[in-house]
Amino acid sequence: MARYRRFVLPAVLIVLAVLLPFIDAALGTDALFTAITIAIFVMLALGLNIVVGFAGLLDLGFVAFYALGAYVVGWFASSHFNGVSFSFGSTATSLSGEALPGIHVSFWILLLLAGAFSAVCGMIIGFPTLRLRGDYLAIVTLGFGEIIPRFFQNGDDLGGFNLTNGTIGIKAIDSPGFPFLPDSLDTWQRFSTLDLNPWYYTILAMVLVTVYVNVRLQNSRLGRAWISVREDETAAAAMGINPVTTKLWAYALGALFGGFAGAFYGAFIKNIFPDAFSFNISILILCMVVLGGMGNIYGVILGAIALQGINFYVLPQLSTVVHAIGDTVGSAAMSNVDLARYNFFIFGVVLVLMMLLRPEGIIPNRQRQEELRDEDPGTGDAMGGARA
Amino acid sequence: MTTGGAAKSRSEALLQSVRASSWSTRLSAVVLAVVLVLLFSQAVQEPGQFASQLVIGVTNGAIIALIALGYTLVYGIIELINFAHGDNFMIGSFVGITVLSGTFVGLQFFAPITGDGGTLLKILGVVIALVVAMVVCGLLGVGIERVAYKPLRNSPRLAVLITAIGMSFILQNVGLIWKGPAQVPFPELISSANILPGEAVIFRWKDLFVIAVTVPLLVALSYFISNTRQGKAMRAVAQDKEAASMMGINVNRTISITFMLGGILAGASGVMYGLFNGITVFNVGFTQGLFAFTAAVLGGIGNLSGAVVGGFLIGIIGSMADQYIGVRWTSVVIFAVLIAVLVFRPRGLLGDRSAVQGGGE
Repeated sequence: MARYRRFVLPAVLIVLAVLLPFIDAALGTDALFTAITIAIFVMLALGLNIVVGFAGLLDLGFVAFYALGAYVVGWFASSHFNGVSFSFGSTATSLSGEALPGIHVSFWILLLLAGAFSAVCGMIIGFPTLRLRGDYLAIVTLGFGEIIPRFFQNGDDLGGFNLTNGTIGIKAIDSPGFPFLPDSLDTWQRFSTLDLNPWYYTILAMVLVTVYVNVRLQNSRLGRAWISVREDETAAAAMGINPVTTKLWAYALGALFGGFAGAFYGAFIKNIFPDAFSFNISILILCMVVLGGMGNIYGVILGAIALQGINFYVLPQLSTVVHAIGDTVGSAAMSNVDLARYNFFIFGVVLVLMMLLRPEGIIPNRQRQEELRDEDPGTGDAMGGARA
Repeated sequence: MTTGGAAKSRSEALLQSVRASSWSTRLSAVVLAVVLVLLFSQAVQEPGQFASQLVIGVTNGAIIALIALGYTLVYGIIELINFAHGDNFMIGSFVGITVLSGTFVGLQFFAPITGDGGTLLKILGVVIALVVAMVVCGLLGVGIERVAYKPLRNSPRLAVLITAIGMSFILQNVGLIWKGPAQVPFPELISSANILPGEAVIFRWKDLFVIAVTVPLLVALSYFISNTRQGKAMRAVAQDKEAASMMGINVNRTISITFMLGGILAGASGVMYGLFNGITVFNVGFTQGLFAFTAAVLGGIGNLSGAVVGGFLIGIIGSMADQYIGVRWTSVVIFAVLIAVLVFRPRGLLGDRSAVQGGGE
């Protein structure tokens, strides 16, 4: 029995996650939407964890892949390119039965396409940065992370061609669905916005696949190559590891999951616009990874849940709580305070406090922790690697 | 005197260096040459417009250079990308407008300058706004370091980066609550009138004002770093913290002073930004901070003259892109330049710290 003990905790967590919609319905908490947004960010954080946590490449522009994934779905599953009319496996139909303008491809194909496209872009972005390390790498990725949203923002007039529809963004993106299912399962046949269960199970399945791939990667040949390149690139190269392909794999795999998350986000939220992919999101994802504990899969998931939970659930609820306290205490100032204005302030304070209390993250990666403790703070770059 | 033989050997040496250069260097040289030729043709076609754009670039560059110095000072000493620095700049511009509009009790004296007060009163108001903003931002810089960075001196460096981001969020929200989400207008205290006769080249009093404030600050900073005891201590700490503390240098105090210097420059820059552009907004620190940071990296982060050179370059590139490519692509151009510079010359233009594994360059 002992050898199965390590599967107990993951199994319990998975069962809980699968049962969440039923628990939610029973308690009437209406938390499914929040759960889906959190799950999207869990996926993003796990993707970034491959780049930052495993391979030790500080990436401040991760949001680019999220945006790319979302825009792939936006381009190929909406009426944006209304000059053409093409449909393939999509559940989108017009009321009159005529062919819809624009390209409408099945979400499941687009999911793979978005992942592949992001991964290729990850490699393209990663390639020129291979010679850089530490803080310099962070700056270049930051540059890319600023250029790509800007490109989407200004892409409504690329020599007269409207690629991204500018700041308005792409609207009315098709829902995913399984068109071959019988009509009795209509919520699954064509994902509706009223019943969030299909959405939830889709993103849950995606998260579970991501976690599985991450766990398998960690102890794979590639995962160990990442650790060795992270620790000492020169020594790793001397031992026969090719740092170039190793790093490119990290970029590609990290971007792959970023693209998946973006594709789901695009289909789920239905309207994408460039402001949703600002630099702040990159920082938020990085904070999740660092806060939870870099390189530790549980830690990263917990970090994403904690930060996104604070952002979407605790902070909006906080003002209700404070108002209630103010009402009972009889303090007019407290019962009328508008805490929504202070959200970013509170978020910043939370970040600072958490880092002051646990600089290694909530659940530190044991190996990483030792490296960080060992390090002479006077040397090295932001990732804790020695300077060349 | 150049003899024929010397010219020949020089051209041979040039040919040899071209042969020895890598494809990436050649590519960057070609791209740079094309851009310069295009700019030159613009300069020949419309010299007045080009010169005016150059002046705007230099002025914007001066403002950026002052912020960039704050990044580079801090990076040189504790190797932290101080994300909160841009927001310190924003707070500086807010302090400036608060002083100038006389919203604080006791500063009502300056309320008339927004109307048609005398020139002397206007100058006095601007000077006081500059000084107050510099003091506030200097203290703010020290305070941030004390609260958020000092307790993490021996922690993983990424933790400090995250607290810097947290501080940036906090300051941005302070600005948002203080002045609201809309743009805050600045009174037109410095005239936009052209100093030069004619309309061909535009060099306004505003441009002169920015240069006139920036140059003394740069000279003072350079004197402070190279000639004073404290400046020498800063250089020593930047080189080796432990050895410096063994030689009796108070490392903590030196780091505090570094943050204070950065804050002072950011405060001056914030007020000038407001007076020059006529507006400020709560999230201006983010974009300007990013440009300044780009400038610091472009010049070689940790190198003070590099930050100034980088600041002016970013300012000029930005104003040229504004004019010849379009305002909405300016930041794309600036970041593309940054990426190109780092990829082809990873230590920045004047940098001495190698960013490349193995220090191959």
